[in-house]
Amino acid sequence: MKPASFTYHAPATIDEAVALLGEHAPDDGRILAGGQSLVPTMAFRLARPGHLVDINGVAGLDRVERVGNDLVIGACVRHAAFHEPVLDGPLGAYLSRVVRDIAHYPIRQRGTFCGSVAHADPASEWCAVVALLDATIVAQSTRGERLIPVAEFFQGVMTTSLEEDELLRDIRLPIPAGDTRFGFCEFNRRAGDFAIAMAAVSYREENGVIADPHIAIGGAEDRARRIAEAEQALAGKSPGPDAFAAAADAAATAVDPMEDHATSAQYRRDLVRTLTRRALEQATQ
Amino acid sequence: MTEDIKKDITLSLNGRDYQLTVDPRWTLADVIREHCNQTGTHIGCEHGVCGACTVLVDGDPIRSCLMFGVQADSKAIRTVEGLAKDGKFHPLQEAFMESHALQCGFCTPGFLMLAAGVLEKDPAISDEDLEDILSSNLCRCTGYVNIVKAVQTVRDKMGRDQKRSA
Repeated sequence: MKPASFTYHAPATIDEAVALLGEHAPDDGRILAGGQSLVPTMAFRLARPGHLVDINGVAGLDRVERVGNDLVIGACVRHAAFHEPVLDGPLGAYLSRVVRDIAHYPIRQRGTFCGSVAHADPASEWCAVVALLDATIVAQSTRGERLIPVAEFFQGVMTTSLEEDELLRDIRLPIPAGDTRFGFCEFNRRAGDFAIAMAAVSYREENGVIADPHIAIGGAEDRARRIAEAEQALAGKSPGPDAFAAAADAAATAVDPMEDHATSAQYRRDLVRTLTRRALEQATQ
Repeated sequence: MTEDIKKDITLSLNGRDYQLTVDPRWTLADVIREHCNQTGTHIGCEHGVCGACTVLVDGDPIRSCLMFGVQADSKAIRTVEGLAKDGKFHPLQEAFMESHALQCGFCTPGFLMLAAGVLEKDPAISDEDLEDILSSNLCRCTGYVNIVKAVQTVRDKMGRDQKRSA
């Protein structure tokens, strides 16, 4: 249970960090941010990086701030930063609601928002949230900056379109309209465990009917994504049990659930139905 | 490996500075135990699940098995050895004894540091939030009821003392 040997680098600037990453990526050089996923995999020797570039000392990466109509979250912003709303309005309240389901309190003191997205565990709550909000992932390397729409970012279980020499520098969440309603619901057998499935939803009401519905499912498939079929079942409908049941059915039909030794695809499909409905009910409150 | 990968750090542990040369792969838990000889911090699962190794880093309760010692350079680390002051136990230590919140004692240092960190950050924490936070550490002897009770006792006493002095 001891990590293998590696060379440690502690850059002070983003330029230094991406230069080090570019130099050592071919040697399995990796970024170390919160370390709450990377260090356990190193302890199990599932990962044996030759170099770690620790970005905790890089100036400016711990900022979460509003820029224009985006909430920009830097690579070293901890989960715990969201315990209290980081901005007024429904998005800040929503992030502080979702963060409570992420692992446990001591893990949230170190783990980072961007690290969770870069790690791309399908059961990551933030992965579902960035999918829900159509976030933009900002990657930086010595070759420059690259903006990646979230729909092109997740490629599969713990696989993303980040190149090996790219640092996930920040994530831009579009700030939704002030009357946007949000819901989030996940299921796991014990609090703090990895979720077996989760639903993140949002919509607005215009003239008594649902406008701009978003439904993202995480934990069920190999990556978090929006489910267009479920959103279509909501658009233009009156918010209530009929529309919510139709959207929940559509989501359960559309997903292609993973299976493992403890959980069948059918069980995950049933969870998606129930969690989508509950998340939508939560959004009405 | 030809280059020397070890790093010189200053670890501030319970107010005392340790000048150390550390291998980057050593976790903070190992550095505290093996190189500062403070063995009150226990190592259980070594992958962040059990919470036995919980310590405070700049006031935040964290898993010391999921942080490398080299990352703790110039940070203020507090462990269970730093709780008692002037030969007197910390109120949490007193409450754990009075409430029978420990049996074998293996998980106790982690619970104490978790609770100490949480009460310093949020002295008026709700019962619900406290239970949620304490559920992050594993105890396999006494169960959690007495641990929760002990921490609630200290929270309530701190609250009363604050009102009295206000």
